[in-house]
Amino acid sequence: MSDAHLHDQTEVAPGDENTSIRLRVIGYLVGLGLAILLTAVSFFVAGTDLVWQPSIPVAIIVLAIAQMGVHLVFFLHITTGADNTNNVLALAFGLLIVILVIGGSLWIMANLNHNMMPMDQIMQMQR
Amino acid sequence: MLGKLTWAAIPFDQPIPLLAGAVVLVAILAVLVWVVVKGHLPYLWSEWITSVDHKRIGVMYTLLACVMLLRGFSDAIMMRMQQAVAFHSNGFLPPEHYNQIFSAHGTIMIFFVAMPFVIGLMNLVVPLQLGVRDVAFPTLNSVGFWLTATGALLVNVSLVVGEFARTGWLPYPPLSELTYSPGVGVDYYLWSLEISGVGTLVAGINLVTTVLKIRTKGMTYLRMPMFCWTTLAANLLIIAAFPILTATLAMLILDRYLGFHFFTNEAGGNMMMFMNLIWAWGHPEVYILVLPAFGIFSEVVATFSGKPLFGYRSMVLATMAICIISFMVWLHHFFTMGAGADINAIFGIASMIIAVPTGVKIYNWLFTMYGGRIRFATPMLWSIGFMVTFILGGLTGVLVAVPPADFLLHNSLFLVAHFHNVIIGGVLFGAFAGYTYWFPKAFGFRLHEGLGKAAFWFWLVGFYVAFMPLYAVGFLGMTRRMQHYDVPEWRPWLLLAGFGAVLILIGIGFQIAQLVVSIRQREELRDHTGDPWDGRSLEWATASPPPVFNFAIPPDVRGEDAYWSQKALARQKATVGEPHYEAIEMPRNSPTGFICAFFATVVGFALIWHIWWMVIVGLIGAYATFVVFAWRDHDEYEIPADEVARIDRLNIAERRDMVSAAGSLS
Amino acid sequence: MSAVTLGHDEAATPHALEKEHLGPAPKRIVTGYGFWIFILSDMVMFSCFFAAFAVLSGQTAGGPHGAELFNLKNVAIETGCLLLSSFVCGMASIAAEERNAFWFQISMAVTCALGLAFLFIEFREFADLVARGAGPSRSAFLSAFFTLVGCHGLHVSAGILWLLTMMAQVFAKGFRADIQRRFLCFALFWHALDIIWVAVFSVVYLLGSAA
Repeated sequence: MSDAHLHDQTEVAPGDENTSIRLRVIGYLVGLGLAILLTAVSFFVAGTDLVWQPSIPVAIIVLAIAQMGVHLVFFLHITTGADNTNNVLALAFGLLIVILVIGGSLWIMANLNHNMMPMDQIMQMQR
Repeated sequence: MLGKLTWAAIPFDQPIPLLAGAVVLVAILAVLVWVVVKGHLPYLWSEWITSVDHKRIGVMYTLLACVMLLRGFSDAIMMRMQQAVAFHSNGFLPPEHYNQIFSAHGTIMIFFVAMPFVIGLMNLVVPLQLGVRDVAFPTLNSVGFWLTATGALLVNVSLVVGEFARTGWLPYPPLSELTYSPGVGVDYYLWSLEISGVGTLVAGINLVTTVLKIRTKGMTYLRMPMFCWTTLAANLLIIAAFPILTATLAMLILDRYLGFHFFTNEAGGNMMMFMNLIWAWGHPEVYILVLPAFGIFSEVVATFSGKPLFGYRSMVLATMAICIISFMVWLHHFFTMGAGADINAIFGIASMIIAVPTGVKIYNWLFTMYGGRIRFATPMLWSIGFMVTFILGGLTGVLVAVPPADFLLHNSLFLVAHFHNVIIGGVLFGAFAGYTYWFPKAFGFRLHEGLGKAAFWFWLVGFYVAFMPLYAVGFLGMTRRMQHYDVPEWRPWLLLAGFGAVLILIGIGFQIAQLVVSIRQREELRDHTGDPWDGRSLEWATASPPPVFNFAIPPDVRGEDAYWSQKALARQKATVGEPHYEAIEMPRNSPTGFICAFFATVVGFALIWHIWWMVIVGLIGAYATFVVFAWRDHDEYEIPADEVARIDRLNIAERRDMVSAAGSLS
Repeated sequence: MSAVTLGHDEAATPHALEKEHLGPAPKRIVTGYGFWIFILSDMVMFSCFFAAFAVLSGQTAGGPHGAELFNLKNVAIETGCLLLSSFVCGMASIAAEERNAFWFQISMAVTCALGLAFLFIEFREFADLVARGAGPSRSAFLSAFFTLVGCHGLHVSAGILWLLTMMAQVFAKGFRADIQRRFLCFALFWHALDIIWVAVFSVVYLLGSAA
């Protein structure tokens, strides 16, 4: 059960990376820079009139996903390398569930709300 | 000072809970006194309560499940009796009480019988089958168990201090909101499940990490026993689904405690969202229960047919398919709630599709049996009983998966019969098969075979007599959870169902007798070699019970059914020279789990009764416990090599006798 | 150490999905992976709160909408605080791996300060909303808002408690292997919280203000 020496690093813990200090610091700096950029664009897009209005929600969501990607790659060191396969698979599973829960709930609730009388009207009928 | 808690909380005016509570209290006190007087307390504390050994924790989980089965079944018998007599009469259980009984029955059976039973068996067996020393996080394992026990404790305390929820095992709003359930009942339910939910999540994380990261040398994924695959799938579901339960119950708690409006009638609340979210948890939950049972059957059927499991790869695919699809069907629990035809149709079709991989599994078990030399030991009887019963239950499930049919059958006794059919026929029969099959591994002696068979037959026949009438009465229009009724056509069926419950009671009686008799006769029933059933997987390569370190030498696996070929090899050639033993490091025991759960109980009870200062004290205590644990300097102890050698030599000697004596084993 | 070789059909064993399996993984990988899975489960829990928020975002019961309530300047400052704290936490990770106690404690202290700044601004926002009569019991929308954002804030608070405990542990016991593992988990947690904040400020604040 103790730290085995027999492993030839076929896999790496999530959040770990095997490079030099210099490269690591640069990685974090690049991540920070990209994240600041994307965040700034996000805030800008939300408040501006320069963009076609109906595209704003999509833009914000895309930018959010991009920011999350930056965090995953530069801060959490989740890569597509062979040593990261288990970590990526777990992430994919989690994402699937998140999409099913949020997407499924939105779809179902919209459908229900569309078909059902609003609650305050029902309550008024009770009186 | 004590929040809402007063002497009025104790039900002096209700004889049944008062009597039940008094009896249980006396029993608990008697056991405690016996333990202390006989001097067993230090042993219990150091070997069981503070144990981080997966085998001990697995046994404790299973023990919790069995004890709670008695409580849940008492509720069931009371309900059956009430429905048998309450024709044009109020029966013997007033509605306020009856509603608590069916709520407690469901809550206890799902959360404190079925869940601990399967988690206990997985804990006990999986590290042994994987050829390793323990699960990934042993102390966390202990925390998880004791938090589950806390939840069970809180639910049972509600019997004598306060009341339980009257809202069913899933507390639908707006009935469960403060306006319509102002008492502490729903709060007992909510906090008990939030706390034990943490325990379950912890077990889920532990077992997934164990299966994915802690396997012995050579055990690639496709060489794992089938039970380990179903453990992986079930625990992935736990990790994915239980956060949903936590979040949804938290929202209800916020509504009740802080006046939020998630599910209320006013200020924009949407109670249908509760149903949506709770069933997004609820459906994966039933697969969390049944997948380990499927795994148990794979092990038992292969062993008692004397053949390798048929179609291993298709079983793996089917298991993972069930795992994924189970997250795509949850709307079928509320077809009638107002969704449109298109959504209903899609989820209905998905619900029927999920029956296909299960069908694949059934065929694989049948093909495993075909051409084998079948031994009808008790675990095999449970498996065959499962196959017949579960198919029936699954078929009725496919029937209610058809939305137009469900519009008639939703919340009728047909539905009740369906889910009991699959839970009892699937989960409970699987748990009993696993219990009988692995009991000798855990304790070193087998269970009495004759009493086991008697228990099985009474359970099987009793189940059919108790639940087939419910299908009929469901078709005749009876709704679930009725405290009284006046439709004469239903009466004979309900009387028959009541008789079935009595047959099951006799079956349970036989199981209790079996345990008592087996303990008394343990020397005759002793399992000397560690392999009483001529097993196929690695857990049977250890002594019964295994030493704390499981394997003296980590096995090196080259194919499926790892242990089976080891035996074949051993029969062919003379024994090799003694292996080289090394010292083994094992994790230290720790009281962290127990103490943490103690504070969790304090916090839960205080939250229920609004004793705010106690909440804060409990939270600080729990945090302090973690810090103390984090501060310890020695988390392992060493077993010296000669001790390892001594223990291993004992078992090898027993097995040498078995191998030379058993020339007839194929 | 000698091992007992087991298994049948060595020649007929189908080509395994992966190369030779060497045995249980090292503790650091096991711990990191287990905590990674816990984080994923936490994300599922947040997704429920997100789903509830999305469903209830229009249910203001005649009360105030998001656009009237949100101060995007504060949100920008909060975002900056958390993002920077993630970066500084990364520096602490590097310091921990190089076993440099000085830089570790400094980075952690800065991370803590930034996290506290975030909490301070958020708490002030909540108090302000309650004072304006836009508390969580005003409408379903506000209930969902306070719960989602508040749950994230609670996680940050717990993270700060953990952070301080880690600083104390390293101070008292140095960079022992188990403390390094715990710190790995802490870093994962802290970065994950920033990921969730990205979703929160995008969906709740930005989309809520734009709508």
